[in-house]
Amino acid sequence: MDEVIAVRQGVKRFGAFTALAGVSLTIGHNQFFTLLGPSGCGKTTLLRCIAGFEDLSEGAILLEGRDIAGLAPNLRPVNTVFQHYALFPHMTVAQNVAFGLKMQGMAPGPRLKRAGEMLELVHLSGFADRLPSQLSGGQQQRVALARALAPSPKVLLLDEPLSALDLKLRQAMRVELKQLQEETGITFVFVTHDQEEALTMSDRIAVMGAGEVRQIGSAREIYEAPVNRFVAGFIGETNLLPVRVASFAGGMARVVLPGGHQLTCPAAQTAPTGTPHVSIRPERMTPVAPGSGDLDASVERLIYLGTDLQVLARLADGTALHLRMQNSARATPPAAGSTIGIMIEEGAARLLAD
Amino acid sequence: MAGRLDIRRYPGFAAMTVLCLTILYVPLAVVIAYSFNASTSLTNWGGVSLRWYADLFTGVEAPRFRAAAWNSITIASLAATASTIIATAAAVAMVRGGQFRGKGATFALINLPLMVPEIVTAVATLIFFSTIGLMTGYLTILIAHITFCIPFAYLPIAARLEGIEETFEQAARDLYATRAQAFRLILLPLLMPGVISGFLLAFIISLDDFIITNFVKGAGMETLPTAIFGSVKQGIKPNILALSTVMLTVSILFVTLSYFVNRLGQRSRA
Amino acid sequence: MAGQGASGAAATGYRSLTGPLLLPAWAMIGIFLLLPVLLMTVYSFLTREFRGGVDWTFSLAAYDRFLLSRGLFGDEPPVLEWTYITIFWRSVWQAGLATLICLIVGFPTAWFIATRPLRSRALWLFMITVPYWVNLLIRTVSLRFLLRDQGPLNDLLIGTGLLDSPLRIINTNLAVQLGLFYSYLPFMVLPIYAAVERYNFALSEAAADLYASRWTTLREIVLPVVRPGIIAGCILVFVPSLGAFLAPDLLGGAKTYMIGSLIEEQFKGSQGNWPFGAAVSVILMTLVLIMLLVYARAQGRAGVR
Ligand SMILES: Nc1ncnc2c1ncn2[C@@H]1O[C@H](COP(=O)(O)OP(=O)(O)O)[C@@H](O)[C@H]1O
Ligand SMILES: [Mg+2]
Repeated sequence: MDEVIAVRQGVKRFGAFTALAGVSLTIGHNQFFTLLGPSGCGKTTLLRCIAGFEDLSEGAILLEGRDIAGLAPNLRPVNTVFQHYALFPHMTVAQNVAFGLKMQGMAPGPRLKRAGEMLELVHLSGFADRLPSQLSGGQQQRVALARALAPSPKVLLLDEPLSALDLKLRQAMRVELKQLQEETGITFVFVTHDQEEALTMSDRIAVMGAGEVRQIGSAREIYEAPVNRFVAGFIGETNLLPVRVASFAGGMARVVLPGGHQLTCPAAQTAPTGTPHVSIRPERMTPVAPGSGDLDASVERLIYLGTDLQVLARLADGTALHLRMQNSARATPPAAGSTIGIMIEEGAARLLAD
Repeated sequence: MAGRLDIRRYPGFAAMTVLCLTILYVPLAVVIAYSFNASTSLTNWGGVSLRWYADLFTGVEAPRFRAAAWNSITIASLAATASTIIATAAAVAMVRGGQFRGKGATFALINLPLMVPEIVTAVATLIFFSTIGLMTGYLTILIAHITFCIPFAYLPIAARLEGIEETFEQAARDLYATRAQAFRLILLPLLMPGVISGFLLAFIISLDDFIITNFVKGAGMETLPTAIFGSVKQGIKPNILALSTVMLTVSILFVTLSYFVNRLGQRSRA
Repeated sequence: MAGQGASGAAATGYRSLTGPLLLPAWAMIGIFLLLPVLLMTVYSFLTREFRGGVDWTFSLAAYDRFLLSRGLFGDEPPVLEWTYITIFWRSVWQAGLATLICLIVGFPTAWFIATRPLRSRALWLFMITVPYWVNLLIRTVSLRFLLRDQGPLNDLLIGTGLLDSPLRIINTNLAVQLGLFYSYLPFMVLPIYAAVERYNFALSEAAADLYASRWTTLREIVLPVVRPGIIAGCILVFVPSLGAFLAPDLLGGAKTYMIGSLIEEQFKGSQGNWPFGAAVSVILMTLVLIMLLVYARAQGRAGVR
């Protein structure tokens, strides 16, 4: 058995509203696993079901192969880092960190020692006797981490733990969290709506939308090989071009672009449903002389972005697209109003499943 | 200072506030001042003395006041304790129990003592006790006090509880605490300022009550307010001023205490 | 539903306990207040027993006495009896006036306190609430002591030569007014304070920006926005004033007789009339509950909007 958590066909309803519509996923040992999706897609709900604050309406959650339905939170070897930390305001930092151990019946001596070690792990050794209210947001964050890690849970659940921090701190904490996960070897299930956060830390990412898992894979897979329009659109910037599929076999497809040019590109495993689209990242297209690329478009506007220039263009059939070029002295940007050709990099286009 | 430009400033409002405080405090100040009057006459000032305070303990009315004080204090302590426990349990159910059938009706019931005019409560309670044949006296006063103190204890406790995020208890449960442990170690300490406020409020309300007590006390039984009322009906005597000053001081000590408890509570919540 | 009580939606676990937790409150208030109120209503339809108490036979005599007069010997055709309606009317009028005075003094006070800097605000509020914690009886006695014909107030007025004979305040409507005002003023200030504290002063700035004067802003913007607080304050003053016993009893005289005294009299000694006292109480309670209901409706509607 190599998975810690398995969710099988998890459905959660609140009255008539379905927050989780049949979620299935497995999370392996020693993994940094991220649930990524827009706000309201059910990430917190899924996390709360794993922690035991909610029960699934249908389906099952297995923890190391054991169904944990109906098990109270205090009986699950799973700990949570809450979004606003939920540090007990009337207890010192050390008491907070030792709380779980105390509840597990550890004697005062060993548990304070362990709390000290945990505080060391999160670089807060000198703060053991402070109250949570005397700490900064970043420090509270670390205490929450230490507290949840202290009982050595099988799984650590983190619900948007960085969202309350400012940008600089957030970036530093990303690295630290990943290190912490590697040092402790505990599986982290991390919830975020921030794709950059997800891409920088995760071993595996589950992209969620409207109560469903839309794709699971590594950061690279999700970014470079999105399987559907939802994932392609949610992760990074992309252009979605409607195409006609000429042939489809073995994960490759031959498609006809707007304007008639043909292209062979990788495709998702299943044949597209509805109007087929290809996804092309803006940085993987280059402006060339009109007629010499895969597409022809008229330039509508140039946007200066510092290191990059963004070119907003429109195809003859009205489809808007944007490309990015580096803002270097060597490249001459196209003028607004001019017509340009667009060259699509080898392997940059990808046929989506829906 | 923003002065004239400050849109929050209205001319005359400060004066009104001063007037308001003056009206509230002058009668009390006058009573306190005259309680130290050495003269037997209420009208003339005969110099400063503590004779009327001594009179409370040694005068003709002393035994009556002592018995009344004992009744008042024990009834207030018992009633406040009981109503605080009942109100705490009710607040936990109302605030943490989610939606359940009859929640609105329960809320109305808890607040019923605030909605029914005091004199009506007094009449109804008297009729009830006389119908079931319970002899009026200490027990009937105590029961009546527990009942009408419940909403007074409930309000600060429920307000405090609403301000405590459920995530603290969830975090405790997540960290292997049982429901009872989460209550005892997390919720109760956080709720304590509300519980203490509720207790103090109930205590004062019980100590304060005249009308209901007057109806259900029966013959021979006195609390401080009914004893004072009985005395005042014969005309205000200086010893009443001294007794009033003592009770007033106790009340002010209580409110000061509750003020600081609340301040502490607010700090711990931040 | 999934979950076995311990877990599931009962994240903190109190959902399955609501019954036991609420039982003591239900029992206490249900048995010792709700039931007595119902019993009181029954009593109002019973026959008077002359030594105090009742005779368990149905009778409308209590309500008949309240509304109708049948002459000295009870044999004349019934005409409307004004005595008790007048007492009710006087009580409503006294309570209403007290409420109005409380509002006139209380609103500026609440506003002033709510606009103090955060630090001093708590202290101001504390000063307003202290008298509320002082025994109502003692406060009423203090006022009586102060206002007596030979009391400190008259001493001062005569001593400074402002008057040459004492101002007769005690035993007048004015004294009762003052007593009610003094008793319940904090009840007016606190809810208005709470409303003003939540008031978004940017609204006043917006009004000023759109050329409204200070007082126009108060009338057009502030008062409508803080109205729930004002109404709550008015109810909190009006309701206890209506059934007040101490202020009319200790500060007023025969001419200032209010409902509270009328009820109290029916339960004292052998001249009492329990069914009549119960009937007057039922009428008073109905009046108050109707008011509260109208208020709750209005609040509910405002909430929906
Ligand atoms: N206790 C609840 N009752 C009703 N609806 C809820 C409850 N909890 C969550 N929801 C709904 O479920 C959806 C998913 O919520 P959530 O899991 O918190 O989303 P996310 O964490 O992805 O932002 C939201 O539309 C939310 O309104
Ligand atoms: Mg969420």
